[in-house]
Amino acid sequence: MTDQAHMQAPVAATPRAPLIVASVIFAALALIPVLAEAWGGAWLTSLAVRAMILAIVAISLDLLMGQGGMVSFGHSAFVAIGAYACGIMITEGVYEMALILPVAIAAAGLFALISGAICLRTSGVSFIMITLAFGQMIYFALGSLAQYGADDGLTLWSGPDFLGTSWLGSDMGVYVTVFAVLLATWALVHRITGARFGRVLRAARQNPTRVASMGYSVFRYRLTAYVIAGVIAAIAGVLWATHAAFISPSLGAWQRSGDLIVMVVLGGMATRNGALLGALFFILIEETLSSITHDWRLIFGPLLVLIALYARGGLVGLLDRVRGPR
Amino acid sequence: MSSILILIQLLNGLQLGVILFLIAAGLTLVFGVMGFINLAHGVQYMLGAYLAVYLYGLTGSFMAALVLALPLALLLGLVLEFLVFRHLYDRDHLSQVLATFGVILFLNQLMKVLFGPASLSVPPPAFLDFSFTLVDGLLYPAYRVALIVAGLLVALGLWLVITRTRVGMLIRAGATNPDMVSALGVNVRRLFLIVFGFGAMLAGFAGVMAAPLYSVEPGMGDNLLIVAFVVIIIGGAGSIRGAFVAALLVGLVDTLGRTLVTDGLRLVMDPSSANQIGPAIASMLIYVLMALVLFWRPEGLFAPKVAR
Repeated sequence: MTDQAHMQAPVAATPRAPLIVASVIFAALALIPVLAEAWGGAWLTSLAVRAMILAIVAISLDLLMGQGGMVSFGHSAFVAIGAYACGIMITEGVYEMALILPVAIAAAGLFALISGAICLRTSGVSFIMITLAFGQMIYFALGSLAQYGADDGLTLWSGPDFLGTSWLGSDMGVYVTVFAVLLATWALVHRITGARFGRVLRAARQNPTRVASMGYSVFRYRLTAYVIAGVIAAIAGVLWATHAAFISPSLGAWQRSGDLIVMVVLGGMATRNGALLGALFFILIEETLSSITHDWRLIFGPLLVLIALYARGGLVGLLDRVRGPR
Repeated sequence: MSSILILIQLLNGLQLGVILFLIAAGLTLVFGVMGFINLAHGVQYMLGAYLAVYLYGLTGSFMAALVLALPLALLLGLVLEFLVFRHLYDRDHLSQVLATFGVILFLNQLMKVLFGPASLSVPPPAFLDFSFTLVDGLLYPAYRVALIVAGLLVALGLWLVITRTRVGMLIRAGATNPDMVSALGVNVRRLFLIVFGFGAMLAGFAGVMAAPLYSVEPGMGDNLLIVAFVVIIIGGAGSIRGAFVAALLVGLVDTLGRTLVTDGLRLVMDPSSANQIGPAIASMLIYVLMALVLFWRPEGLFAPKVAR
């Protein structure tokens, strides 16, 4: 009996369980505006919007790290590019999201294409450092934009329009939009992971030579993934600018890229929900602990150490173990 | 006049390079020998600086603080190794990143709690509290010169240890092929411990020496850590010689770039735009340098020949 259960377990448990976890998370996120109505007020929705935007970026980074084995230490640069595309266009009097978004996507895509083509000549730790280099270049470049606030950042006195409506001017509009983008991102990466494209990426992560000898251009697959992830992060950046109405070069600082890596590893790399869980947990724990004590990092730091030491596979690995072998 | 200014910038660049070398030396050995990514190495530099502040307050003498801070920095490094790092050697790089990131958060905040968020400073020792006169009216503080000399002496000593002693030989062997060294009966764990403690002490030394020059504040090691990583990537992980050359190179490029790039741009464009984009380009220079090195020589300039 047990033998059979064990044999069936991987087949039955693998595709369904992540879907259930994801459904629970998304249902909870969908309920937050209702809860906020009841007791949290704007604070709770704003927190959730922040967490969801970071989750979008973390999911896109996990596409690189988890599927492609490309640990990018400059991913927040794409967020900054998206945010600045939005901020600069609004400052210049272009309020229409239908114009802003394509520009942000094009800018991030172009930068990802060029920098990715260079970065992908390296691998391993060299890749980490060269992506850091490009991230820093964007960071310093944004800091030199004197007419757009330079190092001090830029306040957006009015938000973008959405097809001529003020949909993105309301908290609820922003919430629903961010929620929809997060859902779409999750579904897209879920699809990519299951498709041939994802399988080639994973195979190349394990043995690039073998994949190349099968006739695939590892470089092209990785570059495509790099551009996709960069574009997703830039969309999140546009959302961030819309939500926060303030942008600064620090959006692209290396610390933010480090936070993103930590979120992905914390949640569990290369798992369907790891990046999502990691980002939400990161923000939630930051908010909870900082409401308890001003020095919440004294607790959060050791917590990360413990997770790194004892929870292999991150939060998702922990969840799997709690559920136990079926 | 302008050449004197460049001389001062050269000295400043050397001084930054020396501090970078002291941090990068431990980092490159830990990374090269153990394959361990220690983001918390910059924190050890910060701990050194805070030790200097604390011990100076206690003893009232910079030299006493320096002498006492070194063994304490070593001890703190060993404690961290014992509590956290030794459990991570066999793990993948990302677990190491996660754990050492946690250590950074904790120690940065702990310093904030213990010493307050304001930036502190330590006066240089009295016997170095004077300035050399380069030309009339242009002074250069003796302490900075002493720092450069001390750093170069440490570099020389380190080079002697690495190339002339048995431990140094084992470290070099470990950087090339740790498995083989272990198979030959060397206690690699103990070697790691020595390298680790020593690296922590060097970073602490850098912190003490930097305390009179820079503001001592929580997080002061974080940005230097990133630059130190740039140094070891340019120099080649595991190579002390590479770390030395790359540290001086990065220190000089960064410092000279900050004056020369803006001046250079003024020649080709109007001054206000030059003032605007000059500093940005200057800040980017070391990253451009690293990207170029990685592009042409992904293993760094002086990488030990690794047989893995």
